[in-house]
Amino acid sequence: MNQQSLPHQIAEIASRSVKRTLRQPGVLIPPLTFPLMLMAVNSSGLRAATDLPGFPTDSFLSFFLPFSFMQGALFAASTAGTDLARDIDTGFLNRLALTPMRGTALLVGQLGGATAMGVVQALVYLGVGLAFGVRFESGVGGVLMLLVLAILIAIGWASIGVWLALRTGSGEAVQSQFPMLFFLLFISSMNMPRDLIEVEWFRAAATLNPVSYMIEGLRSLIIEGWNAQALALALTMTIGLVVLALGLSAVALRERMART
Amino acid sequence: MSHATPWTVARALAWRQMRILFKNPSLFVPPMLFPLMSFTAFAGGLSQMRHVPGFDFEGGYTSFQFVFVLLQSAAFGGVFTGFGIARDFERGFARRLLIASQRRSGLVAGYALAALLRWSMVAVMLTIVALVARMEIGGNGVDIFGLYLLAVVVNMLGVLWAAGIAFRFRSVQAGPLMQTPIFMLLFLAPVYVPLGLLTGWIHAVASVNPFTAFVEAGRGFISGDPYHSAAAFGIALTMAALLLVWALLGLRRAERTAA
Repeated sequence: MNQQSLPHQIAEIASRSVKRTLRQPGVLIPPLTFPLMLMAVNSSGLRAATDLPGFPTDSFLSFFLPFSFMQGALFAASTAGTDLARDIDTGFLNRLALTPMRGTALLVGQLGGATAMGVVQALVYLGVGLAFGVRFESGVGGVLMLLVLAILIAIGWASIGVWLALRTGSGEAVQSQFPMLFFLLFISSMNMPRDLIEVEWFRAAATLNPVSYMIEGLRSLIIEGWNAQALALALTMTIGLVVLALGLSAVALRERMART
Repeated sequence: MSHATPWTVARALAWRQMRILFKNPSLFVPPMLFPLMSFTAFAGGLSQMRHVPGFDFEGGYTSFQFVFVLLQSAAFGGVFTGFGIARDFERGFARRLLIASQRRSGLVAGYALAALLRWSMVAVMLTIVALVARMEIGGNGVDIFGLYLLAVVVNMLGVLWAAGIAFRFRSVQAGPLMQTPIFMLLFLAPVYVPLGLLTGWIHAVASVNPFTAFVEAGRGFISGDPYHSAAAFGIALTMAALLLVWALLGLRRAERTAA
């Protein structure tokens, strides 16, 4: 491969990003353990919710499993953003700007670590879910589809992390945005199907929130089977997020390079 | 030469911690937002849970969740102060503080006072939001005082635990050690439904979790039907005494290292 070709440049940056992520247990372990802890606690603590009339499944674990993928994706956003912010802080990005490295290669490559983490997370959450009795109504194909969707969602949120890093250039600032991203997760249909949410404004907020559709897409594969509408909405929201975040990142990168 | 009392040291340190907090929105805003997010998600998104057969709390789901989130914010208010202690050690300030302080026990008191002031702001904000959300309050003034007093003790538990860790590890990297046990204690209590509706392993764990006593007593206060409140205060004060020893022993270890 030509050393200056775009794929080669992407591979170089991605390889560095993956190695950096996998070498930091402090970065890798919390995104794996924290969602699992919350899954264990919530799936037991909220088991009584399955007694509500109209609740779509009798297993709260099956209902709640997609939340772990979403929470893992937010950790991916934090990791991707913090890593890039560190590169900006240490001057690595400035040195890179002196090379023939293209902006596209930097953006796509920088997501390598988050994508690797997304893959590991998705496999772990899925394995734990299956081990504790989650059964897929959509069969083996549904498992594969869930993995694809979960990894895409992780890439989408990681792209948001990259954008925040390019905008602020500070790891602390990226970290401080984390609660805001988490807030999106909290005002979604993560704990309750939208039609069972009683409080009107909350139901409206959850309906406007794209995160609800991502969760519902993942959830549909587990508890419903192949629900074309839920999947189409989830894919549209996810791909929209990836495109939007990468577009914003490209603009932010151009501005940052112009400043430096 | 003036002689510093533990109170003078505590006051000066608490003042410094508060100034740092106000000058750094990134340190101030997230701890304020987290309880509000939890309250919104739990009280707004899960209010349907009150229709689960056997849900016997009288005061409405908003107040049911308010108590949990108030106690959660109190505990984490203490833990976040622990991060500040660890940061002071990383930056060398704590070492200078140990040398300069005539009454080092005042350091623990100062950090605890800072934690209390910091959490007070969160508690006020949370209470306002809950009242705007039409939280039902069945308890009288004494009951509500009891609820907030219990939360103050929980705040002390959080800061004493986190201080003990921070004094021993002297690094922000020990943050997960400060947070995780508190997080687990909190979420292994009856968060979403009363204890009687929990089943399986979580019921067994929640039944022996001291935080369950705090949550149930707090819910008793807010609904005007105090429930095992003396036991909850007894457990909380015993834990506070033990954790004070834990924090002071940690301080002694930090002193030895700094010497």
